[in-house]
Amino acid sequence: MNQVKIEKNLKKLIFFSNLISYSLSLIVLILYFSFILILGFAPQLFHKFLNGTSITYGIFAGLSIIIISILLTLIYVIISNHFLDNLKNNDD
Amino acid sequence: MMINYFFIFLFIFIIPNSSLASDDLSKNFAGIVFGIFVLITLLITYFASKKNYSKSNYYAAGEKISGLQNGLAIAGDYMSAASFLGISGLVFLSGFDGLIYSIGFLVGWPIILFLIAEKLKNLGKYTFADVTSTRLKQSKIRILSASGTLVTVIFYLIAQMVGAGSLVQILFGLPYYYAIWIVGVLMIIYVSFGGMIATTWVQIIKAILLIVGATILAILVLNEYSFSISNLLNESTLVHPDKEFILYPGKLITDPISALSLGVALIFGTAGLPHILMRFFTVPNAKSSRISAFYATTFIGYFYILTFVIGFGAIVFLTNNSDYIDANNNLLGSNNMAAIHLSHALGGDIFLGFISAVAFATILAVVSGLTLAGASAIGRDLYVYVFNNGKADEKNEIFVSKVSSVLIGLIAIILGIVFQGQNVAFMVGLAFAVAASTNFPILYLTITWKKLTTNGALYGGFIGLFSAIILVILGPTVWVETFGFSEAIFPYKYPGLFSMSISFISIFVISLMDKKNFNENKYNDLVKKSYIGKK
Repeated sequence: MNQVKIEKNLKKLIFFSNLISYSLSLIVLILYFSFILILGFAPQLFHKFLNGTSITYGIFAGLSIIIISILLTLIYVIISNHFLDNLKNNDD
Repeated sequence: MMINYFFIFLFIFIIPNSSLASDDLSKNFAGIVFGIFVLITLLITYFASKKNYSKSNYYAAGEKISGLQNGLAIAGDYMSAASFLGISGLVFLSGFDGLIYSIGFLVGWPIILFLIAEKLKNLGKYTFADVTSTRLKQSKIRILSASGTLVTVIFYLIAQMVGAGSLVQILFGLPYYYAIWIVGVLMIIYVSFGGMIATTWVQIIKAILLIVGATILAILVLNEYSFSISNLLNESTLVHPDKEFILYPGKLITDPISALSLGVALIFGTAGLPHILMRFFTVPNAKSSRISAFYATTFIGYFYILTFVIGFGAIVFLTNNSDYIDANNNLLGSNNMAAIHLSHALGGDIFLGFISAVAFATILAVVSGLTLAGASAIGRDLYVYVFNNGKADEKNEIFVSKVSSVLIGLIAIILGIVFQGQNVAFMVGLAFAVAASTNFPILYLTITWKKLTTNGALYGGFIGLFSAIILVILGPTVWVETFGFSEAIFPYKYPGLFSMSISFISIFVISLMDKKNFNENKYNDLVKKSYIGKK
């Protein structure tokens, strides 16, 4: 394979893996810091209860952040294994 | 061989002693479970010691650890007794607030996976300084990396050792010093004889024990409430003196700045903990390092959900139960005993023994990981690259690392004894702040910022390191609570936001002033290598 094509593939790989890494990071950071900012500025938002349960919005939000974090790492692994790694192999 | 006799000595004397510590059932059972843990881990150490003649085995377990195994080992390093007992204790005391810590400790993990896990493996060999020195000047940048590592490791170790001493005192009825020595000597043996191979397997076994133990405990709690979290929470508001306020944000977060600062330190500190970063070098390639970060996140997240359930379980089953509460309505021992007492309330003596042994094994595993990271910083970064210009015999390098692990172990034992009875909780916070203000910025900028120079990283990194330490000293925990001054000079408990900003800004400014040392070619090579690995 010629040099030009290798460089092109590498650029593509860097572009897509940065796109995925930074978008997913941004989601996590926005979720987490919104949670923290609500705690700091408007904690009463977290006092409401989910319909008919003893689970407050705060507890729901907190547990959701943990579960969403796990799911996002799963999504990242799936995308990387099935899409980004292929770009890498084309590079040989 | 001498090593053989040494291990025979251990098997004959230490193990039976640890299992005959007391005459009551739970303590005996705890001794037996812990004894078996020690026996198995020492056997692994013995076999690993025969393989430890290469650097790759000593620092990186021969790069033969699988993604799943490494995920467990990372979780093992990260789930300390402080997070198991401390967070469930915090939930027991103040409900919702415990969750804030858990989330902060967890969200660093996806960030590590997305931004650095694979690049670390692609660029480095054994320590994270290998990564920074691919484009910065070895001798200078390794001084900073080693300092960042050692400061983080020592503060973290003190907190763990003091915790170990007081915990074992309560759990096994052993004197404080005895506990410190058991932990100290065992970790020195694991690390100096077994290197990364033994340390990794100690973590894996401990992680499995801890996850199984916490799962059983959470199931025992939920079983009483037909597996409805809502019912459990409802019941807890009926018995807790704060009523439904335990389901609301409480006193932990009093102002937004502290909250942000704590969050920043937890997220980016996690991404700068040397004993965690080191684990990404133990797998064969970047794909397995990616998979290990995924498993680690999953195990750690699952574990934090369990501690939340366990904490609320403790509220329900321990409050008003005179077996575990003293006349002033305080938990016997301390609030950190919530999970331990709960295991007895729901599972009886045998389960109490099991959970106690798991807690002890947890401490032991975490301190071993820390010691290995510290020893590698001395043996590799300082001895080889700072003092010997990168030219040292492999045997000497490993020898220096092993001696360093013994020294760090002894220092940990001494400091554990010196700080007995002191409030050392802030030291974990300090370790995270230093990691977030030194290790993380230089690592992250090395792989992402073209204009970084050695001087920028070196001086900026040290400015970050000292600002983290100084701000903690001037803050409320040390200035007021330890030194007894009436008002703190720096008003916030957690310096992360400030010290990390100072560090990044100093690195930017100093690098930009240092234009003549820009090296674009090296950076372009590094970028390429960081995405496709070594070929």
